[in-house]
Amino acid sequence: MMRRVWHVLLALALAMVLAVVVLDFRSDEAIPANATPVEGTAEQVQRGLYLATAGNCMFCHTAPGGVPYAGGRPIDTPFGTVFTSNLTPDDATGIGTWAPAHLWRAMHQGRSKDGHRLFPAFPYPNYTHVSREDSDAIYAYLRSLPPVRQPNAAHTVGFPYNTQVALAVWRALFFWPGGTITDPLQSAEWNRGAYLVQGLGHCNACHSARNLLGGSVGVLDLSGGLIPMQNWYAPSLASPDEAGVAAWDTRDVVALLRDGVSTRGSAIGPMAEVVQHSTQHLTEADLRAMAVYLKALPQEAARVIDPAASSPSGRETVGSRLYSQHCAQCHGAQGEGVAGAYPALAGNRAVTLDPPANLVRVVLLGGFAPSTAGNPRPFGMPPFATVLSEEDVAAVLTHIRKSFGNQGHTVTAFEVHRYRTN
Amino acid sequence: MPRRLLLQLLSALALGGLAPPGWAAPRFEDSIAQRVLACTGCHGAQGRAGPDGFYPRIAGKPAGYLYNQLLNFRDGRRHYPLMTHLVAPLTDAYLLEMATHFSALDLPYPAPAANPPADLAARGEMLVHRGDPARGVPACVSCHGAQMTGVAPAIPGLLGLPRDYLNGQFGAWRTGKRRAHAPDCMREVAVRMNLADINAVSSWLAAQPVPVPAKAAPVLPGPLPLPCGGIGQGGPP
Repeated sequence: MMRRVWHVLLALALAMVLAVVVLDFRSDEAIPANATPVEGTAEQVQRGLYLATAGNCMFCHTAPGGVPYAGGRPIDTPFGTVFTSNLTPDDATGIGTWAPAHLWRAMHQGRSKDGHRLFPAFPYPNYTHVSREDSDAIYAYLRSLPPVRQPNAAHTVGFPYNTQVALAVWRALFFWPGGTITDPLQSAEWNRGAYLVQGLGHCNACHSARNLLGGSVGVLDLSGGLIPMQNWYAPSLASPDEAGVAAWDTRDVVALLRDGVSTRGSAIGPMAEVVQHSTQHLTEADLRAMAVYLKALPQEAARVIDPAASSPSGRETVGSRLYSQHCAQCHGAQGEGVAGAYPALAGNRAVTLDPPANLVRVVLLGGFAPSTAGNPRPFGMPPFATVLSEEDVAAVLTHIRKSFGNQGHTVTAFEVHRYRTN
Repeated sequence: MPRRLLLQLLSALALGGLAPPGWAAPRFEDSIAQRVLACTGCHGAQGRAGPDGFYPRIAGKPAGYLYNQLLNFRDGRRHYPLMTHLVAPLTDAYLLEMATHFSALDLPYPAPAANPPADLAARGEMLVHRGDPARGVPACVSCHGAQMTGVAPAIPGLLGLPRDYLNGQFGAWRTGKRRAHAPDCMREVAVRMNLADINAVSSWLAAQPVPVPAKAAPVLPGPLPLPCGGIGQGGPP
């Protein structure tokens, strides 16, 4: 009897190993023996620059204050710090010896030139949907950069997550190598938007929850998630109470992605980075396509709001006193804001978001919307981290979440403490 | 900057202890002063002590110096997370506009600190005016101007700052926490000085009154004693 149990367990273990191996190597393409570095055409280089911008490649692959694309920016993950790699065509430290097929395999299958599995901090679960033609154009652009000799920094990811076996398991569970996704029933514009949002835009790298192993359920999921280590919440694009844009005018979605501000909301925190380095540089047609796709995402039902339940009691509280003292000057006594300068808090979805991470961080850190061609001189909010205690922040946030017609939950000092750190 | 707004700003700041620190409450006006309330919230008009350190005065400092500091925070040569977060999404052009705005402000300076003990003051004064040739430390005035009010466009003044802040900057330079564009001459000076001399210099500087007007000198008194980066980079990018 005991022996039979052992046989079953052994067979199960073998089956799992086999499954990992098979899933890990799905559609693994061999690199042609004659694959050598090639120079692209001028058109490819120009198109590659645009596509690399759509993928926001430069922001991650440039150290703060460093040479563009020479790598070295630390990406903090729950498993340790991953340092981005040098993408300039330096033979010794960059990708100077790579052929187009090598970049294609990295994008498509998350493997480096020597075949080792890359950390998915490089969003290849998204880039796997980028076309070969676009991958080759990005290659041509990177190849056109001046080579920079800058050795890649060693990652500090801990055991066992730093092993190829762990990455093989991760890939078996959470990586679906794919091709370009098209839906013949949808318009060309929708398909273009889907391609950008799911692929190069890698929107769901933030706008989707990650499980304990850092996996998400797939590129179609944009239902929101707390960004690991950063403690900003990327709101759901599938919820009318969060960042869903089904009810927005297409022009407002385009304005947000292009200018960082729109009449319906503004970008701050990590989304300001995305607008600044990526979306503001995209063509109007591509932004419209993304808007069309995002507007068509299936939406969850909206929360039922009872305006009567939010009527202010009129009593002065710690929160209302702090609001008058610190916030009302810009955001208005009734949370009405100043058009074009300070966002209204009344009816603002960002105010009632759960978790209240972004609200906590905006109050503590202050900030500016991104400087863009459409909004070159944004108005700023001062940081209150050195002025207000965690109890004070909780009180004033609770006040704005329950006033001006807003119906949000109470914010506790514990939550302020939790979301302030990164 | 409209005088009315300036007066409102100043009168609000005069209430210091009661109002939130440095927070003016002018009526909304589409001006650069309104746009940079995020800065004055901490820095106030004349600099302000906060729970985690001293936020130095920015009003009236040379525009090129202020601009370089904004770039230094954005590009990782200086480290203070709140500053880095604030300037990260902003373009060079906007940062230069902010720097120029603060540079043009002409606000009174706080009273100097009490004089340090005579021997410390004498040592400090000597180092500031003559340096320490044995250690290769140049006189402060050879770069920061004979009146120590800085040299346009990019060398800051040394007066009107608390001793602790000056000591903090020397420490940050010695440990590499604060850097400037290469070649980083101020780091070179800071590592050549010993701690006693740093204390003498900062104690003496903090006790000096700020001349009126306190504008930066237009030209250096002589050739720079050390090669310095960022000096020519203060102008428009």
